[in-house]
Amino acid sequence: MKNKFFEPFFRHVFLMLVVLFTLIPIFFTFGTSLKYFRDIISGNLAFTPTLVNYQRLLDPSQSNFLRLTFNSLVVAAGTMVVVLTISSLAAYSLSRFRWHKLWSGLLLGIILFIHMLPPVTFLGPFYLIARSLNIYDTVLAVIMGHIILNLPTTTWILLDFFAEIPKELEEAAMVDGASRFHAFTQVLLPMIQPGIAAAGALAFIFSWRDFLFSLSLTSTPRGMTIPVGISSFVQEYSIRYGEMAAGAFFAMIPALLMVAFAQRYIVKGLTLGALKG
Amino acid sequence: MKPTSASSPSSQVPLTSRLGNFIDRTFQYWTIAPLIITLLFLVAYPSVQLLRMSVSEVDIVKGKTVWEFVGLKHLETALQDPVVPVALKNTLIFVIAVVLIETALSLLISILVSRSKHLVGLYRTVMLIPLLIPPIAIGTMWRLMYDYNYGFINQVLDLIGIAGPTWTANPKLALPSIILVDLWHWTSFMFLIILAGLESLPLELNEAARVDGASEDQIFRFITLPLLRPTLITAVMLRTIFAFKVFDEIFLLTGGGPGTATEVVSLYIYKVFSGQFRLGYASFLALGLALIISVFVIFYRRLGQRAHA
Repeated sequence: MKNKFFEPFFRHVFLMLVVLFTLIPIFFTFGTSLKYFRDIISGNLAFTPTLVNYQRLLDPSQSNFLRLTFNSLVVAAGTMVVVLTISSLAAYSLSRFRWHKLWSGLLLGIILFIHMLPPVTFLGPFYLIARSLNIYDTVLAVIMGHIILNLPTTTWILLDFFAEIPKELEEAAMVDGASRFHAFTQVLLPMIQPGIAAAGALAFIFSWRDFLFSLSLTSTPRGMTIPVGISSFVQEYSIRYGEMAAGAFFAMIPALLMVAFAQRYIVKGLTLGALKG
Repeated sequence: MKPTSASSPSSQVPLTSRLGNFIDRTFQYWTIAPLIITLLFLVAYPSVQLLRMSVSEVDIVKGKTVWEFVGLKHLETALQDPVVPVALKNTLIFVIAVVLIETALSLLISILVSRSKHLVGLYRTVMLIPLLIPPIAIGTMWRLMYDYNYGFINQVLDLIGIAGPTWTANPKLALPSIILVDLWHWTSFMFLIILAGLESLPLELNEAARVDGASEDQIFRFITLPLLRPTLITAVMLRTIFAFKVFDEIFLLTGGGPGTATEVVSLYIYKVFSGQFRLGYASFLALGLALIISVFVIFYRRLGQRAHA
């Protein structure tokens, strides 16, 4: 006799409930963002969709959201470039050369440890650094925080990719007279392009979604990013539901696009250190 | 493979190529250097600063940082601070609750998904969404969901004739409401780890057991579950460590209130740091939190090493 619960029908019903539970807040928010205020408070299911909330949000004369979007993009792109440069070089070095276990272990240990520390631990020192470098309330300060946020994930992903490429390829190039530098830039980098794309995408998303660093290292729209803008909007105008929902949905767009691509690597990056040794 | 002997030392070789040779021979160090410099500047130096700050009063006067050594004064302050034990208690309740519930839920979901042939892609894709969208957006969505008058939950309750409560403003319901949001956000995380673990299990054992007449329940209890143990331990430990990071959603939904009903350690440290601008005391508390996490990380590494040995 088979357990009835595990019959395919009940199994899929249960899983569909999970899917529903996950999607309802998103649909509800999206729905709210398309409603006039009167439709939100009437509670009717039928309503005339409108883009007025998005228009208000993105109108520079009414809100600074456009400026914050620009900041968010600069921060995410800047973080991505810096982190990819550092971690692709480091992952290359750690995976291609013989390092004493003490050194590689120490480096990877530190990287894993900072990934596990709550970001709030960095706030005080980072605030002082930002102040003394005169970059407080600029995108540079936020990028500084986001480097630490992302370096562990990107390094880990790229280590995996380098490990999968046979050493012989690089050696063959060097026998043919290429320098190590050339072998790295001409042979290896093109081969790990998918890894760089995946790591870069994750770094972008993680930077885009961060709240705490931007909150504590900026104070005006000069350096602020979208999440801080949403949070202060929510606290200031607690009943402007339509714009609130529009802001939240707007901030989700990169993530929703991302879910469609590079799924496998996202899983690897999110579960860093758990799936492999 | 033959050794790639590119080293033919002679003084006739031009300077540029000697430099090139030097860079080539030391390429190992050039490529690791940016990482080490970054770690020195953004991890080592801040760590020293954190230690220094936690035994000092730090203030910024006219753009200049003023330090005053105060020894263990912040420890005394912490021991007398009425919010510290409350925040610790709430954090502990939160962490234990979310880890227990999320472990059970994700184990169930991943087993059900791993037994499915259809729709697996849909389940995985949907479960990935909560992990990627900004936590502030998650907080905002649930603020809309929980809204007393126009929120989804109370509107549904209204349809079946129940007057919904003020979820996040109610001292008794605030923490459970936060926990529900966390389930929405993080169950996927453990689901993805456990599903990966399930998918990497050898199927031959199940086949052999089935041939020997074992039931599906027996296979699960005596084969799958024991084999899955290392994965489960990893998932639980990682989730526990990450649960201490909770900040954004609480900041947005309750701000730690009502009263101190949802005050957690991260949030309180932020308030001391930003709201009260007591940099020294905030750093002392942050150091305490870092130490707690360190204990968990050491424990996690030990378990990990044993599981892979």
